[in-house]
Amino acid sequence: MLGLVVPAVLSGLTTGAIYALVALGLTLIYGVLHIINFAHGSLLMAALYTALFMNLRLGLDPYVALPVVVAIFFCAGYLLQRYVIDTFSHGRDANILLATLALSIIIDNGALYLFTSNTRTIDVPYAFEMVEIGPAFIPLPKLVAFLAALVFAALLWLLMRHTRLGAAIRAVAIEKRGAELMGIDVKHTYAMCFGIGTACVAAAACLLLPTFYVTPQVGYAFVLVAFTTVVLGGMGSLGGALVAGLFLGVVEALCGLFLGETLGQIGIFAAFILTLLFRPAGLFAPRVA
Amino acid sequence: MKTKTAQGRFPTLTTTGEWQMAEDKSGFETIAGTARSRRELLKAGGSTLALAAVGTVAAPAVLRAQAPTVKIGGIGPLTGALAYNGNQAKAAMQFAIDDANAAGGIKSMGGAKLELLFGDAESRPDVGAAQVDKLAEAGVCCLVGAQSSAISLATTQAAARFNLPQVVDVGTADQIVQRGLPNVFRFSPGTARSVAEGIANLNTLNEQAGKPVKTVAIVHEDGPFGSSMARLLQEKLPSIGMNVVETISHPTPQRDFTNIVLRLKNARPDLVMPSHYINEFILFARTIRQQRFAPKAIYSIFGGGASNIKFVRENQDAAQFVIDTNHWYDPRKPASQALARKVADAKLDLTYDIMVAYGATQVVIDAIEKAGSADRAKLIETLSTQTFADTVMPYGPIKFVGGDNTGSHLVNLQVRGDKIEVIFPKEYATIDPVFPFPDRS
Amino acid sequence: MRRLGPGEGVVGILLALAAISPFVLPSQAWIGFAVNAVLISVLSIAWNVTGGFCGQMSFGHAALYGTGAYAAAMLQLRLGLNPYLAGIVGIAAGAAMGGFIGALAFRYGLRGSYFALVTLAFAEVLRILASSFEITGAGSGLTLPFRPGLANLQFPDRYAAYVFVLILCILALAVSAAVKGSRLGSNMVAVRENEEAAGAIGIDAFRVKVVAMIISGAIAGAAGVAYLQIQLFIDAPIAYGSLISVEALLGPIIGGAGTLLGPVVGTVVLHIVGEVVKTGVGGAPGLNLVFYGIVLLLILRFLPNGLMGLAGNLRWPARTASAARSAEAR
Repeated sequence: MLGLVVPAVLSGLTTGAIYALVALGLTLIYGVLHIINFAHGSLLMAALYTALFMNLRLGLDPYVALPVVVAIFFCAGYLLQRYVIDTFSHGRDANILLATLALSIIIDNGALYLFTSNTRTIDVPYAFEMVEIGPAFIPLPKLVAFLAALVFAALLWLLMRHTRLGAAIRAVAIEKRGAELMGIDVKHTYAMCFGIGTACVAAAACLLLPTFYVTPQVGYAFVLVAFTTVVLGGMGSLGGALVAGLFLGVVEALCGLFLGETLGQIGIFAAFILTLLFRPAGLFAPRVA
Repeated sequence: MKTKTAQGRFPTLTTTGEWQMAEDKSGFETIAGTARSRRELLKAGGSTLALAAVGTVAAPAVLRAQAPTVKIGGIGPLTGALAYNGNQAKAAMQFAIDDANAAGGIKSMGGAKLELLFGDAESRPDVGAAQVDKLAEAGVCCLVGAQSSAISLATTQAAARFNLPQVVDVGTADQIVQRGLPNVFRFSPGTARSVAEGIANLNTLNEQAGKPVKTVAIVHEDGPFGSSMARLLQEKLPSIGMNVVETISHPTPQRDFTNIVLRLKNARPDLVMPSHYINEFILFARTIRQQRFAPKAIYSIFGGGASNIKFVRENQDAAQFVIDTNHWYDPRKPASQALARKVADAKLDLTYDIMVAYGATQVVIDAIEKAGSADRAKLIETLSTQTFADTVMPYGPIKFVGGDNTGSHLVNLQVRGDKIEVIFPKEYATIDPVFPFPDRS
Repeated sequence: MRRLGPGEGVVGILLALAAISPFVLPSQAWIGFAVNAVLISVLSIAWNVTGGFCGQMSFGHAALYGTGAYAAAMLQLRLGLNPYLAGIVGIAAGAAMGGFIGALAFRYGLRGSYFALVTLAFAEVLRILASSFEITGAGSGLTLPFRPGLANLQFPDRYAAYVFVLILCILALAVSAAVKGSRLGSNMVAVRENEEAAGAIGIDAFRVKVVAMIISGAIAGAAGVAYLQIQLFIDAPIAYGSLISVEALLGPIIGGAGTLLGPVVGTVVLHIVGEVVKTGVGGAPGLNLVFYGIVLLLILRFLPNGLMGLAGNLRWPARTASAARSAEAR
């Protein structure tokens, strides 16, 4: 069993990278808009289908399709926040929650209606390419996802730190009224933020597709873990989300190894509850970027 | 004026509510009306048929002109987690009913046409039970469904209140037929018998090959289906000289199988027996290839993988030679081949859901034919006393004893190239088995 | 407490009419639907005590509901306890779970979305535990033996089941009304509106919130027990799944959180909407739920205060139109 620890940890890191990427989007939306986005998993599913059809119909490799899918979902996220979530919820917490819930019902079942509930997969030539790292075999697509997650986190950090948009987002996150008085268009900033969060999910989808499957319910497999990642990392903290995602991947792998996969899931939620109880601000500095 | 609008708006809403109730009421009355007239018609039909048997020939012509429609209720999950199975089964039920109608309807009822009413259980037992009420209300004479043990448990119980027979297509939990409900007829085998058959077939395969398999690892999902399967396997495998060296349960959905495969590599079993749903099997089979784990064979009972043609086509490399024990039709029967063509024309996957639901609906239609009536009590009596034959399934004479079909069997399937072939039992086999697997490394 | 407006009166009468409709309309389909709607209403009333009165929005009411159901099932199956006794213990178990989660979460000052997420996590942990151990039936769930008859708290027909959930719902409403009208209720509202201010006037916010969770847990546990006794089967996803947590909060928010009748109105209306779109859209799987989601959005858009907000706009005829206008403008 002990000989398995290193391969399990490495494999956990690659799974964790996907958690981190999904959580980056969620934490950005949470940190700035202070809403829990229930539609996040549904958007992941929609992005997976988009990448899938680009592969099946246009023959685009998911990695090649990534910029296109990211752009589409950035726009979709922007429009959803600005013209659906905000308009329909009148900016009230309970109503925003329900608005994202309603959106997820619409997206999930729209996918069920349009694409049926068949499980879809794609076949890429590198699906079974393995990279040997010490005692472990890591599938090439998982290694790519891991490195890409690091790159995305870095890009996002640069965006938040060194652009006007980033400054505006941070300002709105800290003090909405004040930012508004300073001439920042809050609605636009919120929508940009939601768009960027959605774009992160789209990137995660493209990186996930070569090793995963797509069904209309696939989002649920990731959304709960993403919530955990956000809390653990400190809501709104990008670096925190990255580290927490990787950490949870490893926790899951080790708990699965020693407790069995069924009971092992508890590792993630135990980490979640303990964090919420003892360090509700998260393990890492809780501020935007 | 504002007050007016506010007041005006509210009653509209209540009218909607009232309207909903009113509609239900009127719906009931018409349905009750047809039910009553149909019953009278049936009575008339019965007596005229008796007369016809004696020698009168004019009466059936009159009957055919007024042949009533017989409603069959389908039930299953069209939305939610189990949507795939429910939609497949629904399509199959419709095929069976279309075929029966095309062949002249129910002959013993003057060529009465059949109609399918389907209730969506939304992958929830409570919703399934409420749908049964609705279908019973709409005047169905029999139910077919509900593709899942949890939903079938709830729907059969709800149907019992209406004395409404339900032919369960797939519902492996053995409690379904152990509650003493007189209206329950399970068409396909339950867990206990499936495991017994799966193990017997495995033993035969193993002995034919000179007993290469001595150790087994079980990988199963932690729901009702996977866990009861695993428990029985652990109990029974030692009796055929196989030692269970590892049992791993995992949730559905499971996002990553690397750990599980690592543990398997560590335990070095000769044989891997997975019991989980198709999504997990896809990830599992791929990870086995990725991690270069090469057991002597992969043999599952209701594994889902080797019985899903789409998976086989999309993952030929990972799926090759996998053996599954599952519900399957008898591919040599003309009716089966016709069904396969229909399924292909409708651009559906040919899965066991379709085959079993089609077969179960055939039994219902046959029962109505034999009873010569759409009366629920008569159908229950017919289903529990008569023997049925010739569905698409490779079943012996179908007889329901204590609600369980004693003629039902599973077959062994193996992925060969881009096809799913039947390898066992011999009389249905389309190809010889490859066991153990050829060395692929 | 302010006098009941005509809106509440109208809603109350309509609900009473809806409640007796299954007896007047001789339709089994309607009653099956009504059983589910009323059962979920009980759960909504439970959610409303914490989420509505006290302002602590939970995403994990399945933790309370499922605990009630599991406790009642295990006591009957493992210890052979009488179903009535097991049911009462189930309710107590729901209350205890509510108190436990509340005490932990509020002890550490969790509020708002933190509280929401921790309740969600507790429900998930319980789901995993329930599907991992033999005593809870692990993956196979628990099936009660089918023994219809009131002695076993099992219902020979749907009407009996309906009467049972209806009584439960009325009891839950009575508890909820008693809480709302009591000093505890006003303290809850004070905590909801401004916890610091509530503390300043001597309200023990922690205690108030925990008590709210205990009451809510008892009612939710009762709903779980009712589900068990009607369906005779539970497993981990049914009892502790997030679907139940979502069902618990949909009704109150749509109906009007914090109002007495809002949870019931919201749940009943949403169930009717669900049925109507199902009938209207027909066979296409998923499409009906797309419309359901759209209706949900539209209700949010045009009735931000929930359906009871709409009812609250109704005034006694004696009041002038201008008063109503100011109420509308608010």
